[in-house]
Amino acid sequence: MNGELIVFFILALVAIGSGILMLNLTKVVHMVIALVFTFLSIAGLYVMLSAEFLAFVQILIYSGAITIIMLFGIMLTRHSDRTESKIGVPRTVLVLGGIVAFFLVMFFQINDLSFGEQATVLHVDNTEKIGVELYSKFVIPFELTSVLLLVALVGAIVLAKRDDEEEAKDNE
Amino acid sequence: MSSVPLSVYLVLALILFCIGLFGALTKRNAVIVLISIELMLNAVNINLVAFAKYGINPGITGQIFSLFTITVAAAEAAVGLAILIALYRNRKTVNVDEMDIMKH
Repeated sequence: MNGELIVFFILALVAIGSGILMLNLTKVVHMVIALVFTFLSIAGLYVMLSAEFLAFVQILIYSGAITIIMLFGIMLTRHSDRTESKIGVPRTVLVLGGIVAFFLVMFFQINDLSFGEQATVLHVDNTEKIGVELYSKFVIPFELTSVLLLVALVGAIVLAKRDDEEEAKDNE
Repeated sequence: MSSVPLSVYLVLALILFCIGLFGALTKRNAVIVLISIELMLNAVNINLVAFAKYGINPGITGQIFSLFTITVAAAEAAVGLAILIALYRNRKTVNVDEMDIMKH
């Protein structure tokens, strides 16, 4: 057993353990904090897969931005900080059965999947390669992404803004 | 050179996807449902990056695909949260099983 395998198992253990913890905790804020550890260990896995730029993006966006925005959502809407009165047992069992069946089917398909050892040099100048590829081959999807982000920005503001009538009613 | 095979990454991504799916289908708080969906998208990203290194045709394209996925996921989280806040203002609830106006 060499070092790479040990690092992989530690990261995988943290990721899966935090995921399970997320399912079992009762307070909503604790669930989100548990998922931060999953996101961080996924960033570690990206480094192992020679995707350093993606690892930084993962830490910035998932562990930073999305976690904070979810915490904002919890703080702004909290009426009771516990997830009380869970969904009924029959439905949980049904969902669990379906997911276990899905897991088994996929597991037996991918268990012995291997395309042989492919030696690549992805980790050399990783960010530069991504930039060159993004601005040469993927220019149009890149520009479309900017439109998507603009639409999401405007849409989020419009949705979360209070109606004018409502505001007028409150001011009276 | 490397000792961690492709299938191990795929199995890890599958486990994370199943955790996210279970959370999205059984939790009542809508914020937790949203963040479970983020976990599922993250599992997909692991698959893309793993195939970018160990796939049949290795290259940087898989990593670029995951960049686009991360962008779309961030936009989805922002819009989802805005919908949630608008709903909370009108209905005073964030539980997904009480969001049933269109059912009746």
